[in-house]
Amino acid sequence: MGQEVCQGTVKIIQGNEAIVEAAIAAGCRFFAGYPITPASEIAEAMAQRLPQVNGVFLQMEDEIASICAAIGASFGGMKACTASSGPGISLKQEGVGYAAVVEAPIVIINVMRGGPATGMPTAPGQQDILQAKYGSHGDYEIIALMPSSCQEAFDLTYKAFVLAEKYRVPVYILSDEIVGHTREKVRIPAGLKPVERKKPPKEGYQPFKAGDDGLLDGMPAFNEGYKLLIEGQLHDENGNRAAHLPEVCAKLTERLCKKITNHADQLVDIETSFLDDAEIVVVSFGSPARPSLRAVKDAREKNIRAGYIKIRTIWPFPEKKIAELAAKAHTLIVPELNIGRMVNEVKRAVAGQVEVVSLPKLGGLLHTPGEILAEIERRATVCTR
Amino acid sequence: MDIRDKVALVGGIGCSGWIPVYIDVDTLHVLHGRAIPFASGLKMSDPSRKVIVFTGDGDCLGIGGNHFIHGARRNIDITVIMVHNQIYGMTGGQVAPTTPSHGKTKTSPYGNPEIPFDGCALAKAAGATFVARWTTAHPRQLSKTIAEAIDHEGFSFIEVLTQCPTQAGRVIYGVADPAQLLDMLKANTINVNAAKNKSIEELTGKILIGNLYHDDERLEFASNYYKKISKLAASC
Repeated sequence: MGQEVCQGTVKIIQGNEAIVEAAIAAGCRFFAGYPITPASEIAEAMAQRLPQVNGVFLQMEDEIASICAAIGASFGGMKACTASSGPGISLKQEGVGYAAVVEAPIVIINVMRGGPATGMPTAPGQQDILQAKYGSHGDYEIIALMPSSCQEAFDLTYKAFVLAEKYRVPVYILSDEIVGHTREKVRIPAGLKPVERKKPPKEGYQPFKAGDDGLLDGMPAFNEGYKLLIEGQLHDENGNRAAHLPEVCAKLTERLCKKITNHADQLVDIETSFLDDAEIVVVSFGSPARPSLRAVKDAREKNIRAGYIKIRTIWPFPEKKIAELAAKAHTLIVPELNIGRMVNEVKRAVAGQVEVVSLPKLGGLLHTPGEILAEIERRATVCTR
Repeated sequence: MDIRDKVALVGGIGCSGWIPVYIDVDTLHVLHGRAIPFASGLKMSDPSRKVIVFTGDGDCLGIGGNHFIHGARRNIDITVIMVHNQIYGMTGGQVAPTTPSHGKTKTSPYGNPEIPFDGCALAKAAGATFVARWTTAHPRQLSKTIAEAIDHEGFSFIEVLTQCPTQAGRVIYGVADPAQLLDMLKANTINVNAAKNKSIEELTGKILIGNLYHDDERLEFASNYYKKISKLAASC
């Protein structure tokens, strides 16, 4: 635990540790959290590493305090992060909505475990993917990235800090117990620079005045002469509350959503294999992506024209890209560690043009490659008949 | 130096949470009950920053009670000004954790069956190192104490008993006249120094006001944290 990881090296580390190293490489200097399985190693490694780089680790009294402290630190001038799992992420939700409305760049890591309630603390799940998008009240949008390996845990965490700053939005890493607790090779690239936090120009500064792309120009910090009024109620461009002004409120709500959804094409991060002639495509994300790729390779061995899509940016959902990639296939199989959640997004994307099969797995176990292969074979038989 | 370069204000939710919004200093107006954690993030990201929280009795001692005791326990250098009107005023007059026993409110129509918190006693017990109580009938004394609390390095807590003609005055005391409520605040309180020479009978029903507790010995959290980590360094 807490071994130091230097840039330009290859280490065998846990997914949870990879997240910490990536956060520090990205310039994260503030973490507030609360112990919870299976995310505690993130807090432990942050406690070890942050003070070494002049950063702040706080173990707060609860999960709500943790996300609130992270937002406070973000406006205080530090790149900030919090991490938890199921029950803790539920508690953080009012903070997520606040961060969205005051456009605070923060990174939230959810090492997903089985739920609901205390659920399966030491077993993986992907049951929180809709919570990440819809968990807080009101209309808002976030960005969520899903790693399927320790290397992706590193790469996507670094990217999460880039996106949080650029879009001034809370960014989720939706990891899971498998990625979190797996130890495997992680290449820490050399020459990674801390993510830049762009300062807005001070002249005539209006803290919530966006450009034509809906994005705010940089991120101010307190006590630097910006005259900040950061207001959790819906507000005008100066930060003054506007709950009595329907047009101002409507405009802000729309901008908070569209600044993300309008950039979905730029945010898409998808990996594909064997797609060129694929008739049956496995669409996966997070841990099930690994047995999915194995199953697709095994299907190819059996001369089944199977293909593979791994979605790394799950929110905003890359619907255009999925529709485009799936156009040539006749069946999509969606394995996920829940009752069948993302399959509905996939169905929406392909709008009835392609058959979409849900392959849920509950109980805290990962799909085996054989289970996914069996479904591929079943569908292959159905179509050749 | 301009105080705007040094001071950050945080407002909770409730009538009193709006106070900083009208002050021309960088302000974070946050979620109900969570002002102290937000303030802790602001403080820890720059320990030279002075952070002042404006909160109400429901915000601070009800929904935010856990954050309040842990902020005090850490002795983090934040000044918490709790505006105490004994009721949830902005939501229309519901019973608070500070409403007097038997007090009638919209959600205690037969009289409050509970016993109220004493915010100052709670702050001191939890580890706050500067604790004071005044009323809105003591503006000069209160201003002086606020200045002392901001100068104090540690968790400082000032409870301000206020008239609330709109809600508490009317529903708990049957009095809607602000001036009369101010007179009641004066009559019901006694300065902690004056109280030293009074008998128990004379003090019955009186609330102590003044600077109640002050400790400069206990380590302040933020500066101590930075002092500690300054000795560490990453080996790569």
